[in-house]
Amino acid sequence: MSKTVEVRIKRQDSPKAPAYWDEFSIPYEEGMNVISILQSIRRDPRNKQGKTVTPVNWESSCLEEVCGACTMVINGKVRQACTALVDQISQPISLEPMTKFPVERDLRVNRQRIFENLKKINGWVDVDGYHDLGPGPRQSPIDQELTYKFSECMSCGCCMEVCPQFTMDGNFIGAAVIGQTQLFNMHPSGAMHAQKRLDAVTSEGGIQDCGLAQQCVKACPKHIPLVEAIGQVQRSVTVSQVFGSFSKRK
Amino acid sequence: MSEKRVLIVGGGLAGLAAAMRACELGLEVDIFSMVHVKRSHSVCAQGGINGAVNTKGEGDSPKIHFIDTIKGGDFLADQPPVLSMCEAAPAVINMMDRLGVTFNRTPEGLLDFRRFGGTLHHRTAFAGASTGQQLLYGLDEQVRRWEAEGKVRKFENWEFTRLILDNDGKAVGLVAQDLNTMEFKSFPGLAVVLATGGPGLMFGKTTNSTINFGSATAAAYKQGVWYGNPEMVQIHPTGIPGSDKLRLISESARGEGGRVWVPRNPKDARPWNTIPAEDRFYFLEERYPLYGNLVPRDIATREIAQVCTKMGLGVGGRNAVYLDLTHRDEDYLTRKLGAILDIYEKFRGVDPKKVPMEIYPAYHYSMGGLYAGYEADGTGRLMKDSPLNQMTNIPNVYAVGEADHQYHGANRLGANSLMSCIFAGLVTGESVVALAKNSKTAPVASSVLESECKLETENYKKLVAQDGPENPFVIHRELGDAMSAFCLIERHNDELLQLRGMIEGYAERLKKASSLDKSGSGNMSAVFLRQLDGMICMSKAVVEGAILRDECRGAHYKPAFDNEAPSKETPIDDPAWTAYYEKFLTQSQEWLKTTIAKHDSSKSLPTIEYKPVDSRHLEPEPRDYTGVGKKAWAKFKASRTAQGQA
Repeated sequence: MSKTVEVRIKRQDSPKAPAYWDEFSIPYEEGMNVISILQSIRRDPRNKQGKTVTPVNWESSCLEEVCGACTMVINGKVRQACTALVDQISQPISLEPMTKFPVERDLRVNRQRIFENLKKINGWVDVDGYHDLGPGPRQSPIDQELTYKFSECMSCGCCMEVCPQFTMDGNFIGAAVIGQTQLFNMHPSGAMHAQKRLDAVTSEGGIQDCGLAQQCVKACPKHIPLVEAIGQVQRSVTVSQVFGSFSKRK
Repeated sequence: MSEKRVLIVGGGLAGLAAAMRACELGLEVDIFSMVHVKRSHSVCAQGGINGAVNTKGEGDSPKIHFIDTIKGGDFLADQPPVLSMCEAAPAVINMMDRLGVTFNRTPEGLLDFRRFGGTLHHRTAFAGASTGQQLLYGLDEQVRRWEAEGKVRKFENWEFTRLILDNDGKAVGLVAQDLNTMEFKSFPGLAVVLATGGPGLMFGKTTNSTINFGSATAAAYKQGVWYGNPEMVQIHPTGIPGSDKLRLISESARGEGGRVWVPRNPKDARPWNTIPAEDRFYFLEERYPLYGNLVPRDIATREIAQVCTKMGLGVGGRNAVYLDLTHRDEDYLTRKLGAILDIYEKFRGVDPKKVPMEIYPAYHYSMGGLYAGYEADGTGRLMKDSPLNQMTNIPNVYAVGEADHQYHGANRLGANSLMSCIFAGLVTGESVVALAKNSKTAPVASSVLESECKLETENYKKLVAQDGPENPFVIHRELGDAMSAFCLIERHNDELLQLRGMIEGYAERLKKASSLDKSGSGNMSAVFLRQLDGMICMSKAVVEGAILRDECRGAHYKPAFDNEAPSKETPIDDPAWTAYYEKFLTQSQEWLKTTIAKHDSSKSLPTIEYKPVDSRHLEPEPRDYTGVGKKAWAKFKASRTAQGQA
């Protein structure tokens, strides 16, 4: 008998419908990842019992782990489906949607909350305009390496999925957004408006809600030093609170 | 104020650049995207962005960038937009730097630049090896800023399906579908900007993202927007084979010293690291001493394919060659190329800092796209603030980014796409502002909005109801395999004609395909019927353009019509050079023109017409990357001038 891959998928037909599990047995191919399993199912959408089912819905885009779209819970661990290689994980492979965001359908969830929070913390550099104003501020290669690390954050939500403080109904902004606060506060001209971000990051659902469980940094697929960022933002907040308007606006 | 609202479809570099520029100049914008804009395909760009900032003391200039780009594209690009892009490029890079993009730095804190293909200069600014991601984030952040100010509304997880045209044939809005609730809605606006990327998925497994259906371009094409140079698609020389997609190893790997080779003896059983230099065939370096591993992509792709398929020298008998970085310092590689080396290791389980990568060409990019016009000023540059720049043949419909046909001619140089997307996006922002100033549009009648929305809703209902024996995802796989087999690296007319018949077959089967899903929430497979129909429609334009173009130009390679240059050892007074140049001039006379594909709903095949190329700045010449042909060409031209005078 030819080799197969055994998969269990937690499904949901619409945002309000109840969840259920479907099992699939799929022909194995060399180099398969979770994405190719899902692609294989839609070419022949029958479950293990031989019953025709609807193709599984999931979100994906780049398949190179730079867009963050295909994030889901695989064998109990939140990660991107594209880099989950069948040969490296145990079977039956279980696929579930993230649990901290509302399900739209099957493995697809609504992560709009992350983007709303990026808006809340002023996650951008306030430039004067898009016309030619010459080169940007100089930066040392060491600072660049540090900011690049934070800038690799793809808003996938892994750090939020594993955070005990981040809940479906709560309003904690989550580690990624605190990391982005730090990123813009490190930028030479971004730093000129650091206080605005610090105010936002200490408002309701802000950094004070972090319980320092430190799960975020372990779950981050890009190994972004999130705990360090939380510490640094916390320090800046303290400094600005102690010294108030006399503090250097950093 | 609906008439002052711009509708931008697509949230990659081009769409976001257009949005932020239009907002800055006072307009309001609606952005439609099939994914959260931060997950657009622009994130996949790795190596960098080109601009002749000239901080390396090499005497680089926008003019040389222009010449490299035109020559790289085998002279098929209209020159005024390219000249304007190359001149604006340093300022665009500076702007992105000011937006906070984490570009790599020199010890002095300036932007660092590396080398890329098709140039001899360090012209490529980069942020590690995920430059596209970093640039996209920079623009995404600015658009979020405008969103926070209430100037931008985002419709993410929405798909554009139809232009709304008024009685004069001018665009006054669009219809889009919410991919979660599956409901349609009409949106009025003063212009529709299509910044929807390339149509790569018609080639099946490619380096493209899973969202690159080209469905928006297909919808616009069916409503009358021309498709320019459809046959011009780029095959990237260094892809990594995979079961779900072909991943990319950036050209920057060669820019940072990567060498391409195979064992001279295909039966060589020694481990790669014990094969001495003399038994390694560094075929690009041997054949192109001047550019070496950094010849343009079309040339590198053909050489790799020929070494594997014609000479049988592929590594281990497979379709693969080595891309070797093992001679470089590991720390250096991590700093400059970390992101792509991680990807290779994650998917292949081998550390490319220690073992050469195995790569093979993969479909990558479409130079062709929706026809984007322009207005030139007296100096042959884009006319500032003309509403016509980037406008298609349908008034008030714009095409920009990979979705347009401009800037890259028959072959795109590496790291030019990020520049063309952002530059043209900014230009488009200015164009729609100029349009807004000059137009006196009356509000669109609500009855028109309603009827267009109803039409699309009815069309979609028919798709959901479709219940035949065929599976659309299976048909798509076959379409992709066929396009890749017969219309990619090498093209032959008999195979292309066969492919044309096969595509007719897929179109017939699509009519008998099932939607696989009758539900009303997040129904991706019913939507896929529409997307596949679009791919089939566009693939016909690609194949038809390829059948008719009987020559070799850039990425379009038809061996039967090749005009092969004499070997680089041929003395320059050898008559072989004259014969080569005579044939070049004859072929240029016939084929130096832009293909225009027009959809005709009454016929199965598109109508193909041609437009002359605007070559006002640089006279076309045969491309030469060996460093030898330059003298021979000069001699040939001198003798012709002498004949002309005699």
